[in-house]
Amino acid sequence: MGIKPNSENNSSTGGDIRIKSGREGLMGWLNPTRYGWERVSYWLQRLTGVGLLIYFIGHIYETSSLVNGINAWNSMLELTQTTGGHIFLLLVIGASTFHTVNGLRLIFTESGIGIGRPGRPDYPYDATSLNYKQKSGIWVALLLATIAMLYGGMVMFGDVN
Amino acid sequence: MWIRMSEETKKIKLKVYRTNYNKEESPHYDEFDVSVKRWTTVLDALLDAKSYSDSSLGIRYSCRMASCGSCGMKINGRPRLACYTKISELNDQTIVCDPLPNFPRIRDLVTDFTEFFAHHKKIEPYIQNERVPIDVVKNDDLVEFKQTPEDVDKYLQFSYCIKCGLCYSACPTVATDTKFPGPQALSQAYRYTADNRDTGEPSRFNIIDERHGIWRCHFAGSCSSVCPKGVDPALGIQLLKGHLIGITKNDKKIATLRSKEE
Ligand code: HEM
Ligand code: SF4
Ligand code: FES
Repeated sequence: MGIKPNSENNSSTGGDIRIKSGREGLMGWLNPTRYGWERVSYWLQRLTGVGLLIYFIGHIYETSSLVNGINAWNSMLELTQTTGGHIFLLLVIGASTFHTVNGLRLIFTESGIGIGRPGRPDYPYDATSLNYKQKSGIWVALLLATIAMLYGGMVMFGDVN
Repeated sequence: MWIRMSEETKKIKLKVYRTNYNKEESPHYDEFDVSVKRWTTVLDALLDAKSYSDSSLGIRYSCRMASCGSCGMKINGRPRLACYTKISELNDQTIVCDPLPNFPRIRDLVTDFTEFFAHHKKIEPYIQNERVPIDVVKNDDLVEFKQTPEDVDKYLQFSYCIKCGLCYSACPTVATDTKFPGPQALSQAYRYTADNRDTGEPSRFNIIDERHGIWRCHFAGSCSSVCPKGVDPALGIQLLKGHLIGITKNDKKIATLRSKEE
C-alpha cells in the first residue's frame, strides 16, 4: 500500500508486487502491557493528560455558572455531592496526582537526566535507559495516586465529615 | 567429569501467518508440528517447516547469528529476531509468528524495509567534517582522525545497530505516524552527534527538529526493550533532546587530523 518503487533502493519491491501496510495504528496504542513499565507510563500520562484537559474545560464551565447567580452555582455543586460525582472526583484526584508526579519524572528523563550514559554493550544487553532509578518514579507516581485516592475516598465516602 | 547436555526432543506447534496479496489469498495461519531441542531457534523451526512441510513458506534470513538484521518478526506478541530467539526461552507449546508490525507486508513473514531505510538515510548517517581541508578530500590523501578509546565509547553502542527494525515495529509513535523517523534513525542521529570526528550537528538538528520529528518521542521505552544489540535507542533520543533544549551540553572536542607521515 502506497510504497513507491525506488530505483535507487535495492530493497524496492517495485513492479506489480502488491503489498499491504502493516502499521499497527490505534490498535497498537490500546494495549500498553507488552513492553514494560515505560510503555505503561506513556499510556497513562496521555490518558490522564487528556482526561485532565476534559475535566479542566468542564471545570471552567462549572465555575462559570457563578455568573448566573448563587442558585445556579449551588445546583452545580450538588452534582458533585452524588455518588457518581464522588467517583468522578476520585478519578480526577488519581489522574492529577499520577500526571504531576510522573510528569516530573518525564521532565528529567526526556531531558537526558537520570537515564544513564552510553557505554560498551555487554550480553544480555540490558538497556541503561530502562534503569530502576527512573522506573521507580512510575511506581512512586502510582503509589501516591493510590494514597491520594484512598484519602479522598475516606473524606468523600467516610463518616467523618 | 561429563557435563550432560539435555538432548531431549519436544514437539511444539508453529503457527505462521500466511498471505499472498498477488493470489488474492486472505491472511490466515498455517500450523506446523516441529520437533525441537533445547537450543532450537525459531528460525531453525521455520526452516524445518519450510524444508519438510511447505516449501512455499516466505521467510527472510541470512546470517543466522543476529548480525544481518533480516529475520525480524513478531514472535509470541513481541518483535524479535527469529535466529536469536530460542524456542525453549519462550516457555510455550505454541509459537506464533507474525510479520513485523509497522512494516508493509509483502508475503507471509516478509516485510518491506524501503521506508525504514529512507528514514535512516534522511538523517545523513555518515561523518561530516567541514574542517578537513579541501585538498585532502580532493587528493584522497591518507589521513586519519585522532580518537581515544574514551571518545569511541561515547557512540560505540549506537554503532552496533544492525537495522533490523525491531525498535521501529515496537514504537507507539511509528504505529500512527508515517513521517516520524523512528527510534533507529533518531538514535543514529545521536550516534553522529556524539562522534567527535563529526561536525554535522546543525544540519542534522534541522532535519530532526520539526513537526513530525524527535518531539513525537514520549519515552515509551519500547524500542530499547526489544533491541537485540544493546543499542538502547531511547537513551540516544533522550540525550539528543537534552542537547536540543540546551539542558545538557555536547562537550565533545572535534578530533584533529593526522597524516600518514605523522
Ligand atoms: C504540575 C502539573 C503537571 C505536570 C508536571 C505535567 C507534566 C507533563 C509532561 C512532562 C507532559 C509530557 C509527557 C510526554 O512527553 O509524553 C505532559 C503532557 C500532557 N499534559 Fe501535563 N502536566 C501537569 C499538569 C497538567 C494539567 C493540569 C493538564 C490538563 C489541563 C495537563 C494535560 C496534559 C496533556 C493533554 C498532555 C499531553 C499528553 C500526551 O501527549 O501524551 N497536564 N504533562
Ligand atoms: S536500534 Fe536495535 S532494534 Fe533498532 S534497528 Fe538497530 S539493532 Fe534493530
Ligand atoms: S538471520 Fe541475520 S539477524 Fe537473524
